[in-house]
Formats: sequence, structure tokens, C-alpha cells
Amino acid sequence: MDLNYSQEEIAFRDDVRTWLEANLPQDLRQKMADYAHLSKDDLVRWHRILARQGWVAPSWPKEWGGTGWNVVQRYIFEEELGYAGSPPLIPFGLTMCAAVLLQFGSDAQKKRFLPRIYNCDDFWCQGYSEPGSGSDLASLKTKAVREKDGYIVNGQKIWTTLAHYADWIFCLVRTDAGEKRQDGISFLLIDMKTPGITVRPLILMDGAHEVNEVFFDDVKVPLGNLVHQEGKGWTVAKYLLGHERMNTGRVGESKRQLAKLKKFAAPRLQDLRFRDRLSRLEVELMALEITNLRFLDRMRRTGQPPGADVSMLKIKGTEIQQGITELMMQAADPAANDAFSAAIRKRYLSMRKTTIYAGSNEIQRNIIAKMTLGL
Amino acid sequence: MNFDYSEEQQLLADSVRRLLQKDYDFEARKKIVASTDGFSPKVWATFAEMGLTALPLSPDYGGFGGGAVDLMGVMEAFGEALVVEPLVPTLLGALLVAKGGSAELKQAILPAVAEGKMKLAFAHTEPGSRYSLSAIRTQANGTKLDGEKSAVLGAPMADKLVVSAQGGGLFLIDRSDATPKAFRTLDGMVAADLAIQSSKAIPLEGGIELMEEVIDFATALACAEAAGAMKFACDTTLEYLKTRKQFGVPIGTFQALQHRIVDLYIAYEQARSMACLACSKMDLSENPADRARAVSAAKIKVADGARQVSQEAVQLHGGMGMSEELKISHTFRRLTVLAQQYGDADHHLERFASL
Repeated sequence: MDLNYSQEEIAFRDDVRTWLEANLPQDLRQKMADYAHLSKDDLVRWHRILARQGWVAPSWPKEWGGTGWNVVQRYIFEEELGYAGSPPLIPFGLTMCAAVLLQFGSDAQKKRFLPRIYNCDDFWCQGYSEPGSGSDLASLKTKAVREKDGYIVNGQKIWTTLAHYADWIFCLVRTDAGEKRQDGISFLLIDMKTPGITVRPLILMDGAHEVNEVFFDDVKVPLGNLVHQEGKGWTVAKYLLGHERMNTGRVGESKRQLAKLKKFAAPRLQDLRFRDRLSRLEVELMALEITNLRFLDRMRRTGQPPGADVSMLKIKGTEIQQGITELMMQAADPAANDAFSAAIRKRYLSMRKTTIYAGSNEIQRNIIAKMTLGL
Repeated sequence: MNFDYSEEQQLLADSVRRLLQKDYDFEARKKIVASTDGFSPKVWATFAEMGLTALPLSPDYGGFGGGAVDLMGVMEAFGEALVVEPLVPTLLGALLVAKGGSAELKQAILPAVAEGKMKLAFAHTEPGSRYSLSAIRTQANGTKLDGEKSAVLGAPMADKLVVSAQGGGLFLIDRSDATPKAFRTLDGMVAADLAIQSSKAIPLEGGIELMEEVIDFATALACAEAAGAMKFACDTTLEYLKTRKQFGVPIGTFQALQHRIVDLYIAYEQARSMACLACSKMDLSENPADRARAVSAAKIKVADGARQVSQEAVQLHGGMGMSEELKISHTFRRLTVLAQQYGDADHHLERFASL
């Protein structure tokens, strides 16, 4: 047992760190440090800097631009991105749609979409949740009726992150209202410029425009935009759920935020009640990191995808992210009204979403209960 | 990076687990706890044959030169089976002698410990000292030692005692130089309060720093043992949720209970992670502050997890969880003690923040 990275892994980490130091633009670094709003241009610019370096899609097969790194290197890379305070890589195209296309897509679909995802020529969003179908995703109602040259889509998606930036949306739609509801679901790629699509902002409690409602009104989708087979959309969705996401805990990002909190809250550390809460959070993060590394080590040895383990990382990781933002808010002078104090308070509001999105933490517990514990 | 036990470590843990399954099931353990000595000399002899008493000692004295990680799998198995034999007290005493004793003393003590012929205990707590290693009133004057120690684990069956004294002093004495008032701890272990008056105490080098190191070693092992006990508590509770029926269905079909057992498994996994951290830092770290920080962090998480898992396991068993007849109530007691042993979460929070 040795919990330290190998010499080679440390050298790899240092290379990544040095590169990030030199290539993460100062203005983006500052925006991240200020918890400022990132524009679409900011997100795309950072994506393309990584794409030029050849590092934007490490997990893809090499022929499509992957780096050929092993799981530990990929984990280190993702953690370093977070630790450096780099802008997020929006996952809908890079990790979600791409993973689906690589596993289920036709050659034509791969050739058409993957290079454009790699360079962020297309900005993607994800059309899963509906007003009546959140945690119970399989109850979704957005309907796609097959005609001779395509599908006609009618319905509504909700909580669609960055749909207002998006060129494309991948959607789960109902192609059959038959007996077993999972069997009637299909996975469609839809061009956001298609007539009949309306995007309406949903402003969250921090005042930010991040998510949207997306309405489909007789939207025509070519047959070639169906991924896998008709009625197999649920298989695709489940594949994506179990797809390796070993950075779900976001340890690197939380380490950075915790270090920032310690600095920011330094005057409050004489207050033992505050200090103990901070220490407990730090210990939680240590436990999350080691647990994450244990799962990663197991995955490297067995070659098995992480499955339900990811749920545990999501639960603990998001609780820690929320804990840090909450302490950050409490460390701020309650009477302070400067921009940074305001941003901290807004961030506290915003981060409440983390335990709800990407499968609420209650759903994650359901997954562990069912898949790991056999309940 | 590697979280696996080596082949040797795994073999040892497996053979200990097999032995415990065969000779140390719940009924057998009950008889051992109820016996006059409060431990089984036969089991002790088997532990010695398996090399457990020799594991962390130097090969110069018949040991295997092992560390905390070598003992980790053994301690997990001990936690599952609720072993009461005084292995850790003996190893603590032996490590203090090994690191602080003269060559002559080591030769006199360590081979006998390695062979399982000599048991030791470390008398470091006094009335009111709580978890402090330095708030000590026992007086030393040359080879004379005079004081009171409390709740010394394994003292009644020990042959020799390592005793802490004012100013970081450490001494080895014969057990017969201490008058023990023996009792059973909450979890059925044998301990004693000691009145010490010795005129032939043998001084050991090392002081507070050595005590800190050895207690950190014991704390890392306690974390591993607690992880083992938590694993048992989780597994047995899960089994209960699957078999106990109310309202015509297994109670494990209720989501309110499913989410709670999931949280217990998460607490167990995190505790085990921290036990890995504490044990490996114990073996590999050359910086005492770095080691202490990892051990304290581990103990905070393990103490919190032990409390959560033990309390919830009993709650989810309903009335049966309160009954002496079920092992879970004994695991509850062990976890309660382990959460406090060598410092509770508050103590280690203070230490963690000061490092």
C-alpha cells in the first residue's frame, strides 16, 4: 500500500501544472477567482486553447483526438484543471454526446460530429429533464413521431443548461407509448436552429441565466440524427450514467476553494467554533480524495467502469462544495457590500444546485441501494 | 499509488480471519469475555504462532520488521470479530522498548514478546489526564517511580509495564510493582487502575516525542479496527433490512431506511480510506507533523463514522439492536470505545488545527 503517486505520475502532474500556469489566460483566471460570470466566448476560448494543445478530450480514442493517457493520468489532468482554477469544460458535447457517439453512433455520425465537438465548432446542450419528468426520467413525454423522411418532435424540456448558447441538443424522446415505458424512448440529435424550437430563460435564485426551458413545436429531425436504434434510448442513457466519471467528486476544484477559504477566513480562525467547522470540512475533503483514489486504483486494476461508486463521490463531493461556499459566506463580514462579498453570497445560492443536478443526491442513494446493496 | 495489501499482508489477514471464524465466533467470544482472565491464552498462543506478536519488531529480536499497514488487515479482522486479546497493548509496550530501551533491555524483552511469552501494557493515562500525554503526575526519582495510572488496557495480564512520568519520562517496571484494581471496559476488555511504587524502574529514552509516535501508531491501528467493526455493523444491518418483514414486506424496501443504510456504507468507505491514509503515513512519513496530521484527520473521520454507524445500526435493528443477544450491541460498545480511544474527535480536531 502506497498512497503516493509514482515518480512518473508526479512528473506528469508537474508538466500539466506548468503548462496550465503558462496557458490559462489571466483574464479567465481572474474571472474564476472573482466568481464572475463566464460568457460563451470565455468558455469556447478556453476549450479551444486545450484543443490546440491536444488535451481537450483525453478519454476519446486516439484516432479521434484522445491523448492515450491511462485512467490515473486522466484523473490527475482533470484534478489539475480544477486546482488551477480554469474555466469549466462544458461536458454536454465533450464527455456526454461524444461518449454516446463513440459507443453507439454510426460512422457518418462520428465523422460529422466528433471533430466539431473537439474544436467546439458546435456547442451542445442536454435535453433530458421535462416538467413532469425529473428524477423519474423514464416518464418523459416529449414525442417524436416517425414520418417517411424524419421525426416530428413536440414537447418540452426543462433545466436545459446553456441551451441559450447551444447549436445542438441531444434529447431523449418518446417514439412509442407502448407497454414498457423504457422501451419507447429514443436518443435524437437536434439542430437548435431548426424551426419550431423556442428557448426561454429560467432565472435561478442567484439571478443568473444558466438554465432554460426548451419548447419543441413540430420540429423536423432527419432520420440520420437517431443514435443507436429507435426505442433504445434508455440503453444509451444508462450507458452514459455508468460512463467513467472519476472526477465527479471534483477534488481539485474543492482543494482550491478550500485553500481560498482558509486565506479569506484567516481572521475568523480564532473563533474555535468556526475553526472546527473548517477543519471538519478539510477532513471530509481528505476522505473524499483518498476514497476517490481507492476507486481509481481499483478501476485501473480491474478495468471495470466505476458504476455505483461514482454516486458516492457525487454525494460527498457536492456536500463538500456546498459546505465550502457556506463557510465562505459565513466568513465574510455580514455588513460588507463589496463586489466579492456579493459574489460569495450569490455563489452560496448557486451551489445549492449541485446536490440536485446530474441525478439528485437522493437518486444517487437509490442507485447505491439498488446496484451495490441489492435492496 | 496502490491501495492493495501485498500478497503476504493479504495472506496474513485471511488466515487471521479464518481462525477467528473458526474459533472466535460470537458464542466463543462471549465465553472468553466471561472467563476469569478475560482473554484466551489458547487464542493468544495461536496469534503468536501466526507471528502477530512479532510483526512490528526488528528481525534482530525475532520480529518481522513490519509496520502499521502490515497490521491493518489483521486489525480489520479483529474489529469484525471483536477480539479482546491484548495484542495492541503488548505491541505498544514493545515498540516503546524497541525505540527507547538499551540493547540489553531489548534483548531481555523483545524476543520474549515476539514469541508470545511476554505481555506488556502502556500505562499513560492518569485520573483527569484525559487524552493528554504530558499532563502527568507520576513522579520519578532515579529508579524510583511513584504514582497512579488509570484504565490501563491489558495491565492485569501483563508481565511488564511501560509507565509515563512527569517531564516526558518513560520507565519499564515489573507488573508486580503495581497494585492493580482490575475491571472490564464498556466493551468487555480487561483494564486496570494501577497504584505504582517501584524502586527498580528502568528508564527508556524518547520522551513525549516517542510517546506521540507510538500513540499515533496505536491510533492508526484503532482506525483500522474501527473500519472492520463498521464493516460488520453495515453488513449485518443490511442483512437485517433484507430479512426483517413488517407490513408484509422486507423493511429494506422502504426508501427512508435505504437512504440511511447507504449513508452508513459511505461512512464505512470513508473510514476505511482514512485508515489507509493513517497506516501508510505511519509507515512512510518521515515528518512527525505530517504523520500526526494524517492520523488526527483519520481519527476525526473514524470517530464520527463509528458513532454514526453504531448508532444507526442499532436504530435500524429496532428493539433487537438493544439486546445483548445480538452481536450488533457488542459491536456498538466496541465502536463507542474506539471512537474515544487515544482521543475523541474533539481532541483530534484541536490537534489537527494546531499542526
